[in-house]
Amino acid sequence: MITIITEHWGELLSGLGYTLGSSVIALIGSLVIGTVFALMEISTYKWVRGIGRTYVEIIRNIPLLVITMGFYVIVPTFFVKIDGFTAGTIGLMIYTSAFIAETIRAGIEAVSTGQMEGARSVGLTYSQAMIHIILPQAVKMVIPPLGNQFINLVKNSSVLAFVAGFDLMYQGKIIASTTFNTFDTYLAVGVFYLIITMPLSYLMRYLEKKWVTA
Amino acid sequence: MKRRLRLLLPILLLGLAVILSSCGANVAKQDALQNAKADKTIVWGVKADTRLFGLMDIKTGKIKGFEIDLADALTKQILGKDATATMVQVTSDTRVPLLKAGNIDAVIATMTITPDRKKVLDFTNSYFNAGQSLLVKKGSAIKSVKDLKQGTKVIGVQGSNSVDNIKKVAPDATVLQLSDYAQAFTALKSGQGDALTTDNGILYGMSQQDPNYVVVGGSFTQEPYGIAVNKGQTNFVKALNKALAELRANGDYKKLVDKWFGDIPGFDAKEVS
Repeated sequence: MITIITEHWGELLSGLGYTLGSSVIALIGSLVIGTVFALMEISTYKWVRGIGRTYVEIIRNIPLLVITMGFYVIVPTFFVKIDGFTAGTIGLMIYTSAFIAETIRAGIEAVSTGQMEGARSVGLTYSQAMIHIILPQAVKMVIPPLGNQFINLVKNSSVLAFVAGFDLMYQGKIIASTTFNTFDTYLAVGVFYLIITMPLSYLMRYLEKKWVTA
Repeated sequence: MKRRLRLLLPILLLGLAVILSSCGANVAKQDALQNAKADKTIVWGVKADTRLFGLMDIKTGKIKGFEIDLADALTKQILGKDATATMVQVTSDTRVPLLKAGNIDAVIATMTITPDRKKVLDFTNSYFNAGQSLLVKKGSAIKSVKDLKQGTKVIGVQGSNSVDNIKKVAPDATVLQLSDYAQAFTALKSGQGDALTTDNGILYGMSQQDPNYVVVGGSFTQEPYGIAVNKGQTNFVKALNKALAELRANGDYKKLVDKWFGDIPGFDAKEVS
């Protein structure tokens, strides 16, 4: 495994960069999109709720690879040209957003209704109450499940390998096929994924300790 | 203490991984020929995504193609008429690991004999002389490898040596590697790349499937396909070479070439066999 890492350091490092880049973009994007759809799901308007639920149910029930291949093959054929990295990152973002929406919705619903009633009774509007009172409490509550989603997202970014997205898995497949040393290569790739996911895991634990118990 | 343990555990696992990696798997040290004779079966690794060579027939669920027929004929030639040839689907990047792990006895999957591969595998004599070429959309500006300049995207398949070749011939072009030929062709069709490169036999199959795509520029490499077996299976290689020579002598080989490639425009049966 050591020889694979030393000989293919450049490829693995560039793969790590692409994986990290895709993960960060998809994480931020899916957090925003997920929150929007979570808010839609608990909206007081029936049709808004309908849109939110439909989105979540459709997206989370389609395999990630299918969504990604859709963006890689269908979008460039009919709309704009996007490369593998972009298609993979968008697919990852859309896919994860559905799970984040569900997580955040659960968090919002876990905040007692008295909080919203209290906030409204002192004169805050619905959106003010949501942004300043409900969401901060909800986010704190869902940090553990949200952490799971983030770690899943990093690992799921390996889907980029199937659309030539230059990520860790893609480099791993190429190294494996040129050195024929499949076993060691995938071990090395696994270690590189740990380099991203372990600190993330510890960070989420730290936040959990700091905020949830506070 | 507990916290320290939590930090130590991943490090320990890493250490274990390093140790594991240093002791390679020795699964396939046995004589494959003797095993094959004992159970009257040869397990072949074949392509299932490559028209003309090995393609899954969705209606029957069986893989069909030149290599499938040849594998069948070789099995019967070596082990007798009542022997069975089991076909296991492989791709360019799974065929070597599967062979090394002993899951399959031999690979007959559009695999070029190269010096690098000879270091880890043993090959039979060539059963098909292909050459690498380019497939482009009809009317494309790309007429040959010389047109692959900076900014041109060339699609290849992971684990195939055509990717290495194109990097040497056209170092300025960007190479995108996809998992299999079906995906690579889909990527070409959706405009993810300007050209698809691999061996001409495979490209002719794609062109036959969708005439909007044409093979251009002739072949710029020699790609002799051989049957690959695990390193050290000398008896098995000898038996396969003998059977191959017998099939060539009795005309069965030519019948198979004619059956699969006979009606393809621009195809020279003498050049490949």
